[in-house]
Amino acid sequence: MKSLLPVLTVVGAILLFWVVSVVPMNMHLTADQAQRDSLTVSPETPAERQAYSGLGLTLQNPGLLSRTYGLERPRLPSPHQVGAEMWDTIFEKRITSRRSLVYHGWVTLSATLLGFVIGTGLGILLAVGIVYNKAMDMSVMPWAIASQTIPILALAPMIIVMLGSIGIQGLFPKAVISAYLSFFPVVVGMVKGLRSPDVMQVDLLRTYSASSAQGFWKLRLPASVPYLFASLKIGISAALVGAIVAELPTGARAGFGARMLVGDQYGQPLVTWAALFGAAITAAALGGFFSLIERLTLRRMGMTAA
Amino acid sequence: MSVNTVIQAQALNLTFETNDGPVHALKDVNLDIAKGDFVSFIGPSGCGKTTFLRCIAGLETPTGGEITVNGMTPDEARRARAYGYVFQAAGLYPWRTIGGNIRLPLEIMGFSKSDQAERVGRVLELVDLAGFEKKFPWQLSGGMQQRASIARALAFAAAILLMDEPFGALDEIVRDHLNEQLLELWARTGKTIGFVTHSIPEAVYLSTKIVVMSPRPGRITDVIDSPLPKERPLDIRDSSEFIEIAHRVRDGLRAGHVDD
Repeated sequence: MKSLLPVLTVVGAILLFWVVSVVPMNMHLTADQAQRDSLTVSPETPAERQAYSGLGLTLQNPGLLSRTYGLERPRLPSPHQVGAEMWDTIFEKRITSRRSLVYHGWVTLSATLLGFVIGTGLGILLAVGIVYNKAMDMSVMPWAIASQTIPILALAPMIIVMLGSIGIQGLFPKAVISAYLSFFPVVVGMVKGLRSPDVMQVDLLRTYSASSAQGFWKLRLPASVPYLFASLKIGISAALVGAIVAELPTGARAGFGARMLVGDQYGQPLVTWAALFGAAITAAALGGFFSLIERLTLRRMGMTAA
Repeated sequence: MSVNTVIQAQALNLTFETNDGPVHALKDVNLDIAKGDFVSFIGPSGCGKTTFLRCIAGLETPTGGEITVNGMTPDEARRARAYGYVFQAAGLYPWRTIGGNIRLPLEIMGFSKSDQAERVGRVLELVDLAGFEKKFPWQLSGGMQQRASIARALAFAAAILLMDEPFGALDEIVRDHLNEQLLELWARTGKTIGFVTHSIPEAVYLSTKIVVMSPRPGRITDVIDSPLPKERPLDIRDSSEFIEIAHRVRDGLRAGHVDD
């Protein structure tokens, strides 16, 4: 609990910065609205107001300050507006409703998890191949690295369209993109982990005339577990990003990505922001879940001083 | 070769090819080790003592000469489970308990579950670690971990125990204690032990035969058959016989030492 105060201080500072930023960011919209509501605004025309910065306009119209927090379609929503929108779409809507954030969250999460499982499995298989096969060692890694340098935003629509043209739609194409992003950290971590036993430990097995399979199951695989968990934590957040990105350019009708796009296109920033925070909370929860599993597993394996 | 010879090296050579040219790790090494011997290999680093031990174990392949273990090649001997090997570091698997670590060779060699349990109990007692079976390595001191690794080497009852500076990383007091225990274990089990060290007192205290080696090229400069009795209390190290042997070892080391 010693870290509670510093953590709260940082959170407080971020919130304060956010709250203060709302005023200049929204002032032009607020002034337009105030004018429609027949209040006196200076300067009097929107065109003239455009010459002012947000801060300058605030200094001209200090009386409008509180109104910047109450816009229906703000440029930058205030924390309480995002909070209210999230409360409404998470707790007040039935989770089967298309307006429920839980519903959209589940759509994204299911693609994330499926992609993550595929990516992790593929990553482990590739890593085993790289460690045990000289040809794969020389050939796979450069391709794996190259694959991650291609912007996923460019690749995602192509994958969706191509899979769609052979009749595969819905969850799976998104999972493919999640897998594409999440296999990489698993390959890198597992290669390092499977190679982590030192010469002495390998020699020890040789003195027992152990087979290569025994070396894998009894030494290399257990030795790689801490590395695997480090990779899984990176992989799961990459998978979530992949699923969201897969929803963005393809006109998906459900999921966090779809909500972000809808909010953007229909001028509902609150929807976008609620989806953003929903995704962030989901990512944090997944990361926390894997940290917990990691702690429990490593303790059970005797790898941490409990 | 007498009936009692278990390890025999004849004109053994091993040359490593490196970027800086060939390195003669072993040159014309001849040595007989009899059943029940406690043989120490002593010499400065680079003298080939560890390399020789690894040749016995079949972990290195000699480039010339011949070496037999129980009349077989080292590879055959290894498959026949002729020896247990103790490394410089305990090298216990952190994810296995002490019992689990000792079971490792038994699992690999396919001993039955009940046989495994019985052997683990027996060797833990031999190294004075009874009651630590369920502990994880990090819960044990360095000396205890090394004892566990000796137990692991003993578990499948090989008649030869090869030890590569097993106590090198431990402090003097722990080392003395483990040396005493090792002698006791040797007396109880009658094993043939090959022991690499660079401590003169350790070599003299433990061995029935001391092999003095020197580097560049790695070779044997002296073989001393110890006249010390089998029963060796720690204070034997103050006796004149002990000091005499230690002198001879030191002389041998100095003669082979080229200060370059």
